[in-house]
Amino acid sequence: MARRTTLRQKSLTTILAWAIGLAIFFPILWTAMAAFKSEANAYTMPQDWWSTPWTLENFSIVQERSNYLRYVFNTTVISIASTLLGLAIAVPAAWSMAFQPEERATVSWPGYVWLIIILGSFAAAGAIAYSVGWGMADRPLLGLALILLFGVPITAWVWTRRTGDTLLWMLSTKMMPPAGALIPIYLIFNRNGLIFKDWGPIDLREWNLIDTFTGMIPLMMLLNLPIIIWMLYTYFKEIPYEILEAARMDGAGLFKELWNVLAPMAVPGIASTILLNVILAWNEAFWTLNLTNKYAAPLSFFISEYSSPEGQFWAKLSAASLMAIAPIMVLGWFSQKQLVRGLTFGAVK
Amino acid sequence: MATRQGQALGRLALAPSVAVLAIWAFVPLALAIYYAFLHYNLQDPDNTFYAGWSNFYYFVTDPFFARDLVNTIALVVLILVITVVGGVLLALLLDRPFWGRGIVRVLIISPFFIMPTVSALVWKNLMMHPVYGLLAQVWRDFGLKPLDWFASIPLFSVGIVVGWQWLPFATLILLTAMQSLDEEQKEASQLDGADPISYFFYIVLPHLSRAITVVILIETIFLLNVFAEIKVTSVGGFAGNLTYLVFSQLNDANDVGAAAAGGLIAVVLANIVAMFLVRLIGRNLEA
Repeated sequence: MARRTTLRQKSLTTILAWAIGLAIFFPILWTAMAAFKSEANAYTMPQDWWSTPWTLENFSIVQERSNYLRYVFNTTVISIASTLLGLAIAVPAAWSMAFQPEERATVSWPGYVWLIIILGSFAAAGAIAYSVGWGMADRPLLGLALILLFGVPITAWVWTRRTGDTLLWMLSTKMMPPAGALIPIYLIFNRNGLIFKDWGPIDLREWNLIDTFTGMIPLMMLLNLPIIIWMLYTYFKEIPYEILEAARMDGAGLFKELWNVLAPMAVPGIASTILLNVILAWNEAFWTLNLTNKYAAPLSFFISEYSSPEGQFWAKLSAASLMAIAPIMVLGWFSQKQLVRGLTFGAVK
Repeated sequence: MATRQGQALGRLALAPSVAVLAIWAFVPLALAIYYAFLHYNLQDPDNTFYAGWSNFYYFVTDPFFARDLVNTIALVVLILVITVVGGVLLALLLDRPFWGRGIVRVLIISPFFIMPTVSALVWKNLMMHPVYGLLAQVWRDFGLKPLDWFASIPLFSVGIVVGWQWLPFATLILLTAMQSLDEEQKEASQLDGADPISYFFYIVLPHLSRAITVVILIETIFLLNVFAEIKVTSVGGFAGNLTYLVFSQLNDANDVGAAAAGGLIAVVLANIVAMFLVRLIGRNLEA
């Protein structure tokens, strides 16, 4: 019974909770302190953490040596642009699923028919590739045709499901391990990839998306798109349908209904979605480590560079880390609710 | 209900998302299957031919594969134990009234927003360094010989770092679930004279079981892919996981075929977990 908790109990809980909270937060606090120490003093922190002098020099040195602001700029551009791009695609989709749901599959073939079609097309694509000797380097058009043969039936199946199943499938794309996509994406990005040769009229030998914004922004968008769609969908679902009906009774057309009635009510949900997805994109570290190294490299890559000379630049590492995590951590404090909503896919209410 | 015009517009509005995600889901998969049956080394791209199942055979019989598969599972289990047990205890604590609850909550969730490369390097250097690290100092204060964490127990150390990052996630979800516990049920159990331990095991834990399942499934999907922490702490050579092995097949051996085969194995592994998660989510969507 919460109300009858004694003062003594409450004090004890307070002490325990603060001790644990500070312990968990401690590595961050420790980083923040090391950032303001000179390089030599950063090593003796465990003993002299308070007595040694404080300094701001690390921040200017980090900026001077490695043009730190450039990485801040890259991270900001990639995370914000990918989120906005995702939003442009996801808002219509979420609106459609929340307000115009399909109650049943639009093509009502039984499951086994679909299964035969999909497995059959897989097998056919494989058989064709095998019969020509599996090499696609000189047959880019055949390669493309086989990808279509592989992908179109299964996409058609996804596309004709009822809304609930389409949404589930979208969420499931977030569960694909990056290790599985790494090789194809790396080869698509890199002009060394087998398919990107000189094939007649179009010469793709100079094709390169590695370490470019043109590659990273759409990729980051794809990574987070399922979460963006999902969050928007849950927020849109909360907008009462009666309001739309009332607007229709008053003679509002579809456009008026969207712009004057729905849009204003959707703003808070869209803002929360942006917040969480900027955080997720900011911290992404699998694809950035694999696909960037200089020009479009974000902060997560920049910090990883400190791993090579083991333990040489602690104060600088701390200063760079502090600047990289502080803004996003503060944003994160405001996104606790969105975090639960966005990352549990509604499995916890 | 929905108008005809709206319905048609709805299909149209859904199309870009479905198309983009279908490309994202199926093109890399098709290419991965293709590469997995191809002998293709980036060092020697001209000598490329159909390789049958040899890439899979090579990847699976690689002595690193068995070790890294065990590492992958051990890492997931270790982190799940840290986060679920820690998360339940923290949620119990945060659910009680005390002074400064908001601030303690903020302190506890903060690690989740730290980028993986930062937390890995901060833990490796500032906390776990065998000479200058904070933990080394603590060990010395207790008269013990400081531990060289990442050299002697690399997998466990990575587990601590990643566990620290995911503990807030588990805590937050379990706390949300805890707060939906019926106040009357709480009071009824107290009136019946339930002691705190049986209250926990008979009321709280069953109530949390669903949230715990969700935490386990979601974390497993993300934790199968732990990569940055392993790479920047340079323990991939002796405590790598499957994701890291695929990366090193591409990066160090330049062997596209074997890496693609390994990637497909990772996909199968993740799909087993994803199947349970999708079912769980699907059941909730209906409700």
